[in-house]
Amino acid sequence: MRVAFLGATKGMGRALARLMAERGDTICLLGRNDADLERSAADLSVRGAADPVPSVVCDLEKPETFASAIDAARETLGGLDAVVVTAGVFATQDELEADPALAEKLVRINFSNTVMFCEAAKKALLEEGGGALCVFSSVAGERGRKPVIIYGAAKAGLTRYLEGLDHKHHADGLRVVTVKPGFVKTSMTAGLDPPPFAGEPDAVAQRVLGAIDRGAPVVYAPAPWRPIMAIIRAFPRAIMRRINF
Amino acid sequence: MSEPPLSTLSGWGRHSARGRERLGEDLERISADVNLSRGLGRSYGDASLPPDDEPDVLNTTFADRILGFDEDTGLFRAESGLALSELNRLLMPRGYFSPVSPGTKFVTLGGMVAADVHGKNQHKDGNFGDHVTSLKMRVADGRVLECSPQQHPDLFRATIGGMGLTGHILEVEFGMHRIPSQWIWQESRRIHNIDEFQDALEESAPEWPYTMGWIDCLARGKNTGRGILMTGRWAEADQAPSRAPKPGFQPRLRFDWPSWVLSGLTIRLFNELFYRKQWRLRSSGIVSHESFYYPLDAIDSWNRMYGRRGFTQYQCVLPREAGQSSARRVLDVLTARGGASFLCVIKDFGRESRGVLSFPRPGITLALDIAVRDDTQELVDALNEQVLQEGGRIYLAKDSFTRREHFEAMEGSRLDEFKAIRDRWDPNRRFRSAQSVRLLGD
Repeated sequence: MRVAFLGATKGMGRALARLMAERGDTICLLGRNDADLERSAADLSVRGAADPVPSVVCDLEKPETFASAIDAARETLGGLDAVVVTAGVFATQDELEADPALAEKLVRINFSNTVMFCEAAKKALLEEGGGALCVFSSVAGERGRKPVIIYGAAKAGLTRYLEGLDHKHHADGLRVVTVKPGFVKTSMTAGLDPPPFAGEPDAVAQRVLGAIDRGAPVVYAPAPWRPIMAIIRAFPRAIMRRINF
Repeated sequence: MSEPPLSTLSGWGRHSARGRERLGEDLERISADVNLSRGLGRSYGDASLPPDDEPDVLNTTFADRILGFDEDTGLFRAESGLALSELNRLLMPRGYFSPVSPGTKFVTLGGMVAADVHGKNQHKDGNFGDHVTSLKMRVADGRVLECSPQQHPDLFRATIGGMGLTGHILEVEFGMHRIPSQWIWQESRRIHNIDEFQDALEESAPEWPYTMGWIDCLARGKNTGRGILMTGRWAEADQAPSRAPKPGFQPRLRFDWPSWVLSGLTIRLFNELFYRKQWRLRSSGIVSHESFYYPLDAIDSWNRMYGRRGFTQYQCVLPREAGQSSARRVLDVLTARGGASFLCVIKDFGRESRGVLSFPRPGITLALDIAVRDDTQELVDALNEQVLQEGGRIYLAKDSFTRREHFEAMEGSRLDEFKAIRDRWDPNRRFRSAQSVRLLGD
């Protein structure tokens, strides 16, 4: 599989890219920090990816770079079978309320810019005759919840966009995989108290890779978050007003 | 960002402190204003715990990228949070193994340098630090620099075995060893007493790259120090099964055992059974490297066996000059005080390491697992006094009870050299741990 990967240097993206490297997929890394990309490229090539692993600078804050970055990746890979997006930013509701500029940036990166990146990726994949577009959204987008109001809203928007993309282009061979991680122990959530069913990045990566291979449209990870979110979606408003989850 | 609350951090022996771990992939960025690193928390005592007045510690485990590996020379470089278990998983199938491995694979490269770990091949290959070619560090004045035997050699030597007190270890470069298979040809042999044990270790040393022994330390009198000697070497490809060893089921202790479970009686029973298991004088065969190297890793969280109060491992080295009877004298102190050790390990050391404060020296090392009880401090004091008389010293990666005056007396001029190097690199003693407060008065 030839994969363009935005966000492979950290967290769940790092874990997923390693699994792909170990089974011999060809990866092109996309990210904003050249030195950091180079370190991940070295790691992935020792783990079994092609040596050297190519990388292209692409910043989620700069939508004007998206199309050219994806084209460059497609060219180095000699085609494209999948695009993976795990990049994004996280901040707690308290932090976002205290800092409107941060809130604006988070919504822009996690929603508008990610959508624009996916638009460019979709175009490239459709030109290739189809392929997988795997994007990390979040269970936070499933219901308006007190601890993740703004973050959750951006992820809810992203989830709906990906759903629509799947409806429109499934017949064209585009396999949109929406990943909805629950709480996963990464540097993004470091310092937060892990709830029950907190996941490990490696286990999440295993599930996600399976979903990409099958072309499953939606994957919750770790698995218990699917029934948990089903229950939370069913809660009446009166309860949601009362609980702090 | 608001600071997360303090939580309880603990060493492998369950010795704990209040602290806060800072986690992240980019160690260079997040190490600037913290004053101690920790990895997987497998040092037994308080070496990886922050001092009371400074709760923040860097956790390196998210910084685990491999930065280079040369299949021809074996030269390997990675970020310091890479776990040995991951290194084994990736490179053993390609015929490479760490030049030195401790008795657990759940350690980080940074921790292996900081404790200058040794393994069953110490008598032949020395310590892990002997194979390190270069370290990238963040030092007290904020600089990030490379040190090696050629570049800042004083910092390099003090960092190997320096328990993290010279700075943050960010990257580690060392030479991997080639192995012919992932299997070990192992021979075990019943040993009747401590004198026979030391002779047997000495005899095996030239012939076997890996040696260690288990001692039944409840046996007394003429049986003192009876046990089983285990020796091994990598099986050649034509001796070994062609498949790789399969990782077995790893049970996990999910709760603390009540302290009465490990009573004198159960410890006696376990030790007796373990000794009787080797009913033949000698036996041999092919075993997986996991069962040879990491028998205790087979049970996840085995330290919970010791209950909430945890345990301490007392490990000392007795110099060759002290004579063969020194090991018996130390075991006698243990048994005279009624101290029961669940597990007791013996191993010979061949040489000193290059690290200023590294543990090994030519002689015999004993490692005793001791459940923490009300009298543990007195027991450790008594053992330390005996070890001092023998001219020996203790292993900082295991320690949580040694008193400062004992430590200073054991280390003597080595400690002076370590302090002099710290004076050059960290005159204000930025880098401190709960252990350095206890033993160095930081």
